Amino acid sequence: MRTAIATQRAQNRTLWRKKDLLGLRTLSREEIELILNTAKSFKEISSRQIKKVPALRGKMVVNLFYEPSTRTRVSFEVAAKRLSADVINVAVETSSVRKGETLTDTGLNIEALKADIIVVRHNCSGAALMLARHLGISVVNAGDGWHEHPTQALLDIFTLQEKLGSLEGLRVVIVGDIAHSRVARSNIWGLTKLGAKVVVCAPPMLIPEAIEQMGVEVNHSIDDALREADAVNVLRMQFERDEGGAFPEQLDYFKAFGITRERLQKAKKNIIVMHPGPLNRGIEMSSDVADGQNSVILEQVTNGIAVRMAVLFLVSQGKEKS
Amino acid sequence: MKEKAKILDKAGIQKAIMRIAHEIIEKHKDAGDLVVIGIMNRGVFLAQRLAEAIAEITGINPSVGALDITLYRDDLSVIAEQPVVRASELLFDITEKKVILVDDVLYTGRTVRAALTELIDFGRPQFIQLAVLIDRGFRELPIRPDFVGKNIPTSQREVVEVRLEESDGVDEVVIMEKENGV
Repeated sequence: MRTAIATQRAQNRTLWRKKDLLGLRTLSREEIELILNTAKSFKEISSRQIKKVPALRGKMVVNLFYEPSTRTRVSFEVAAKRLSADVINVAVETSSVRKGETLTDTGLNIEALKADIIVVRHNCSGAALMLARHLGISVVNAGDGWHEHPTQALLDIFTLQEKLGSLEGLRVVIVGDIAHSRVARSNIWGLTKLGAKVVVCAPPMLIPEAIEQMGVEVNHSIDDALREADAVNVLRMQFERDEGGAFPEQLDYFKAFGITRERLQKAKKNIIVMHPGPLNRGIEMSSDVADGQNSVILEQVTNGIAVRMAVLFLVSQGKEKS
Repeated sequence: MKEKAKILDKAGIQKAIMRIAHEIIEKHKDAGDLVVIGIMNRGVFLAQRLAEAIAEITGINPSVGALDITLYRDDLSVIAEQPVVRASELLFDITEKKVILVDDVLYTGRTVRAALTELIDFGRPQFIQLAVLIDRGFRELPIRPDFVGKNIPTSQREVVEVRLEESDGVDEVVIMEKENGV
């Protein structure tokens, strides 16, 4: 216990100054590590008999979701409630957004209600940043277009660290629709800052041009990519976003890129299999892999709460505008 | 700040802990249900030493826990300096246990208030009693210690610093005085 306290102290010397969390691209390695270390402390709270601490008592968190989401919204809601904050969910389908109110106006109205933190998901890249610039209260990005989904990447990284320790030098494969994935982008920023080697894997049409500039390796063969990998993060195929028929057929995709037991047998024995959910069984991975011993999918869900508690707590202490 | 007086040295701290251990045993004949929980940081080191002293006397090793009260502070939204959150480590159930809560210095009583609220969120102990190495007065809440290493009269311009080998490399308690104009 003595050494645990000493290391915790040493790790947490960086301070958090920002009032918002918009993405991992703009964070330093130290800031990312501060969030992860704070999350480590918060994880214990969920195992208590009374799963609640009074840290954000009297604060109000507003979930403002312009895109359908259950798990991210519920995870933020649970996180806020474990910190004793009041939570309001704004369901956009039934709100005045349908009557033509702009995002900024909605944000200003929420600020006028004396909310303290807005958690926003929007289909436009940059929506969270725009809101953060116009408001004095904290903004947390819960996914903006194809841009970033920082808390998902943070919980993925938290889970990896829990399983593998330091990420320095590890090989992490991200497979799936890289081009349209904010989860991929945030993961790439975060993982590379922490020293991991990222390999992206997908059919060429789903990999954006010049992605190598983000410091990643591209591989079009999943068998090849898996061979040396320590972990594979399997993205959801967002077939509902496919408008022009650019996506492969579902069965073709599974044959070419689906994670199956046969494929894992040729990989490292303890390879970690992650998925941000919701999972399409039989398209992105087979059921025996999803439920198998390499899968950490449900641990990711549990860790998501600790990570989001850390983020809400830290931004509530931050003052610096974006 | 300059050092004004040394209150306890290594032997003094050791003696104080031993005496508190004896008082605890005298009061609670059955050490079986005792658990010792320290408030981070230095309270944890003192709790460990106290548990060792109790074990030396009774042969029974009480469990030791660590409490981080950051999230329970009543001044979280007003303090200028960002607090560091650490995990509490209570690897045992405190329900029906006799809890000895340990801290280094008792001053306003606000830290103890936070610790009591947090402890009760973990379970319902038989009772909680408070042991502190130093009681320096100036309570702002109706809280009093059950076991005290040393009472020392201070002024509010003074700061009591407990230094322990585990965290500071040396065992001593000193009074520091704020210099003029600070």
